[in-house]
Amino acid sequence: MKPDMTPDGPEVGQRRDLYAGGLLVLLGSIALWNGPSYGIGTLTNMGAGFMPTVLGVILVLLGIIIAGTKVTAMAPADRPEWRGWACILAGPILFIVAGDLGGLIPATFACVFVCALGDRTMNAARAAGLALVVTVMSVVLFHYLLHVTLPLLAWRGW
Amino acid sequence: MIAQSLADLWSGFGVALEPHNLMWCFIGVLTGNMVGVLPGLGPLATISILLPFTFGIKPVGAILMLAGIMYGAQYGGAVCSILLNLPCHPPHAVTCLDGFPLTKQGKGGVVLGLTVLASFVGASWGITEMIFLAPVLVSIALEFGPADVCSLMLLGLLAGSTLARGSPIKGVAMTVLGLLLGMVGTDIQTGTQRLVFGIPRLYDGIELVALALGLFGIAEFLNSINKVAPVNQQYSNVRLRDMRPSRAELKRSIGPMFRGTLIGSLCSLIPGTGPTIASFVAYATEKKISRTPEKFGTGMLEGVICPEASTHSSVQGDFIPTMTLGIPGDAVMALLLGALMIQGIVPGPQLIGEHPDIFWGLVASFWIGNIILVLLNVPLIGLWVKLLTIPYRYLYPSALFFVCIGVYAVNSDMFQVGETIVIGILGYLLLRFGFHPAPILLGFVLGPRFEEDFRRAMLLSGGDLLVFLKRPISALFLALCLLMIGAQIYVTMRSWKRRREAGLPSTVEV
Repeated sequence: MKPDMTPDGPEVGQRRDLYAGGLLVLLGSIALWNGPSYGIGTLTNMGAGFMPTVLGVILVLLGIIIAGTKVTAMAPADRPEWRGWACILAGPILFIVAGDLGGLIPATFACVFVCALGDRTMNAARAAGLALVVTVMSVVLFHYLLHVTLPLLAWRGW
Repeated sequence: MIAQSLADLWSGFGVALEPHNLMWCFIGVLTGNMVGVLPGLGPLATISILLPFTFGIKPVGAILMLAGIMYGAQYGGAVCSILLNLPCHPPHAVTCLDGFPLTKQGKGGVVLGLTVLASFVGASWGITEMIFLAPVLVSIALEFGPADVCSLMLLGLLAGSTLARGSPIKGVAMTVLGLLLGMVGTDIQTGTQRLVFGIPRLYDGIELVALALGLFGIAEFLNSINKVAPVNQQYSNVRLRDMRPSRAELKRSIGPMFRGTLIGSLCSLIPGTGPTIASFVAYATEKKISRTPEKFGTGMLEGVICPEASTHSSVQGDFIPTMTLGIPGDAVMALLLGALMIQGIVPGPQLIGEHPDIFWGLVASFWIGNIILVLLNVPLIGLWVKLLTIPYRYLYPSALFFVCIGVYAVNSDMFQVGETIVIGILGYLLLRFGFHPAPILLGFVLGPRFEEDFRRAMLLSGGDLLVFLKRPISALFLALCLLMIGAQIYVTMRSWKRRREAGLPSTVEV
């Protein structure tokens, strides 16, 4: 399941840890930025902002350490999978849109169909076939057996 | 106390054998067994998807089923490793080393048969441990004050993040991130909305299912798209009668079976060392005591039996801290604990006393479930192997749909599907940057309780941080924390030194 892990030049690994640390600093800063506005309070009587602020500080510090020490130099050797990524993200987004507008049947079909197109060996006919099978299964399982509240098919307009 | 435990266990069997509970247990282990074999959808994602559908059933049935998925997957994972050389789930990675060579020699069936037996022995011991150890631990834990609970949680979080896969410091960072994500939403004590960025839908906090499925569903698929190689099925034709071991093979596996069980149960007692570490330790031990260590990797029966027994014994043992102290050892346990909390059950040492039906029903169901698994596994292995012939390109789109509908079903809310997508993107970035996201879940589940106990401890002590050192129990836990950090630093330093001597850059392997 995991991509092949191959040791590449220390350069890539170092850059990766720079990004990794940077991401942590960014996330920590968000907490640090917002934390104090919730009220820090005192140790005896902590305000809502105490924990977020402290955790933000820790996260920023950890980020700096990781970016600074470059603890890992192994990176997954792979190329970008733009098509795969786009399809995998578009599927659930379509699920939301189609589910809101048209109900369970269009949502299932659209989601599975688009997700399936992310695989390089997949063609439209196969994807449609798969989407059809999953849709039928989904109607039986989620609508009739598990009673998910999404209507089967209903035009709810924009 | 022992007599009491046995009496409670008896009533637990009464609960677990109620027809509907038995049915949930059966559904759980069957589903778990199946997803354990299938690549792409691990037990974590499966439990998260099915979680919303358990809201309607009683807590006992829900937890029996969800736990069943977890240990059912353990049985399935071994099939994958031995017959196909696919380490679908981390605890079974070691099993591939000797399991697949044995399959190539035509002994796949026998190995599977013996593995099922070893798993059962390991699991039985883990369950026994749970029966007798849990009440003892509870009676100790009931004495804990908020400061002690805080230090214990700190120990649990630290162990869960540093002993898991990957670099320890990155693990700690993930735990802190999880704690922060747990803060999102309305603060219970002051009513302040924290880190919601003006989005009213976030006032109730991030949804546990959305977080789990973002991290272990969407992020995983983004990571594995177009990278899954077709399965080599050349050796996967196993018939039922191939599975019966000879007397000599049986005799040879008794030793490893019990050693593995012992190692697994020891590992489960140390917080944070889950089944994966247990299996590695077990393999290393067998290799060390073997008279023919050089033959390991070419198909040694011991190298399969011992790790498999240890994972199963450790998986069952992991339930002890989760159920008695409310401190989960890994992400799956955190999720199960989250499931209990959604059902309105407060985890902690009072759980067994307040809900004996849940705890003892669960223990009894472990036994029933394991017996079901042994019976199922034997005839169903052929079917599971057939399932593996389904190409990944058909599996992952279906799985993604299950993720969507699972998240939607929690509150019938499309917003949370969007939440899952965002978390999935973040999770994938983290994966790319060499983080393992499992500790996030640990921090997320424990976060609110950690904050509450920390506040209470500070209130009681009048803002004196030294209270954590003044109370002996708390001081002991903190000392263990320090010990763990010290050991990590020592190990890191040593590997740096060794690499420098070998002329390599000073790095730690992922």
